Amino acid sequence: MSHPVVIVGASMGGLRMAEALRRFGYTGAITVIGDEPYAPYNRPPLSKEVLAETVSHEAVAFEQRDSTADVNWMFGTRVQATDLEHAVVTDVNGDVHPYSALVVATGLRSKRLTVPNGELRGRHAVRTLDDAIALRRELVPGARVVIVGAGFIGCEVAATARKLGCDVTIVAPGTHPMQRPLGTELAAEMQRRHEAQGVTFRMKTAVTDLVGTLAVDGVALDDGTTIPCDVLVEAIGSHDNTEWLEGNDLDLATGVRTTNDLRAVKSTGEVWDNVFVIGDLARFPNPIFDNECRRIEHWNIPTETAKRAAQVFTGNAQGDFRPIPSFWTDQYDNHLLAYGVLSLADEVKLIDGEISGDCVFGYYRDGDMVGVCGIGMRSVVQRYRANFV
Amino acid sequence: MITIDVDMNKCQHYGQCVFEAPSVFKLNNDDKLEFTATADDSERSNVEAAIDVCPMQAITIVE
Ligand SMILES: Cc1cc2nc3c(=O)[nH]c(=O)nc-3n(C[C@H](O)[C@H](O)[C@H](O)COP(=O)(O)OP(=O)(O)OC[C@H]3O[C@@H](n4cnc5c(N)ncnc54)[C@H](O)[C@@H]3O)c2cc1C
Ligand code: SF4
Repeated sequence: MSHPVVIVGASMGGLRMAEALRRFGYTGAITVIGDEPYAPYNRPPLSKEVLAETVSHEAVAFEQRDSTADVNWMFGTRVQATDLEHAVVTDVNGDVHPYSALVVATGLRSKRLTVPNGELRGRHAVRTLDDAIALRRELVPGARVVIVGAGFIGCEVAATARKLGCDVTIVAPGTHPMQRPLGTELAAEMQRRHEAQGVTFRMKTAVTDLVGTLAVDGVALDDGTTIPCDVLVEAIGSHDNTEWLEGNDLDLATGVRTTNDLRAVKSTGEVWDNVFVIGDLARFPNPIFDNECRRIEHWNIPTETAKRAAQVFTGNAQGDFRPIPSFWTDQYDNHLLAYGVLSLADEVKLIDGEISGDCVFGYYRDGDMVGVCGIGMRSVVQRYRANFV
Repeated sequence: MITIDVDMNKCQHYGQCVFEAPSVFKLNNDDKLEFTATADDSERSNVEAAIDVCPMQAITIVE
């Protein structure tokens, strides 16, 4: 009997991979090894609607489909290393798993602040279910919440914490929240909308020190001020979960470099035929935009890359892989939906609606549209999506 | 036949489902989701694809 397909990482990417292998006709064994204690669950609600209510596995779990009932799911098991030459992975218990094909779906983990007094209690991140459960307990009315980082997750947590009656301050280095993806004008408008909801911004500042005896009760900033803090949320980006791949001559500069077919590439340029990378870690070229290898850390990518990798593995892939990146974010009543890679733009302009209400922005590189993002106005945003098909 | 349910308390009318199963889902003139409650079995895989892309995980096939 041939070895199973081994998928490392039991989140959305791992789940969708197992489903797609079955859908495209693979009937052999599948093993999914993940270090979290839970069956695959959905992360976006952990900073949004579910964080505003009761956080539980039930509230975010993906439905288990019949097609994957015979998959060997190994939860709570960390993979320590892999030897691609010998086609095996080794888990934390020392068990060795030979594979016929390996799927890398280990995603990211939260980056944390490195500051003095880091051992104080009251520090939170927002990546896993356990993170969200711990944070939810602290988001009580009147709690003074300081969020470090003004990206999507920081801003979503700010909106949710305001909804729950907390005092919210965002501390971040940039000029406006979410500025890099959204562009100055829309980012400034989103800042205004947050301020109208009572959020305080301390932009162009950084945390230098934590203050407190057992738990954090203040955050010292590089402008010399200290702000009171009961709950510190660190939303400053992420690290790649790729340590277990080291020693295999892969290009791990950021994510894992792959071909357009999502096969891992050696630093010599040679391709591993039976090693696929999906989800947040895949750094692949997308001919919609150019030949550059890029990772796209949006929710639609695990599903798209899993489907493609399964098609390639089963011999069902056709043409180039050209997934349309797509993301959404919900902050108060602002529901943003975007297509494309906004951060590639050298020009951003309002193309429909009004900045103070529902509106649509276009993102252009050398005059060509590379992205579109709207607050509301779905049919307009979707019309522009056709530019990327 | 399959029966389709969308939890309208969850749905934010993102319309991602429309691209996967256009014969079942569409956005109306007010940008609100409309869908057909039943569809032919041949639509199952398209509706499953719609389930996969729905940001709010609002769609289910009622067995
Ligand atoms: C709070 C939050 C909100 C988000 N909101 C949005 C949004 O609104 N819109 C959007 O487009 N995207 C959003 N995203 C991004 C989206 O959730 C990710 O793109 C998606 O989860 C990536 O899936 P993945 O399977 O590639 O990786 P992950 O979900 O990171 O899964 C990787 C899994 O592998 C496990 N693992 C890691 N190392 C090992 C190891 N050595 N051995 C075994 N297992 C291991 C991890 O514990 C994890 O379970 C959000 C993310 C977060 C955290
Ligand atoms: S994709 Fe989901 S949220 Fe969007 S319109 Fe369809 S059902 Fe509603």
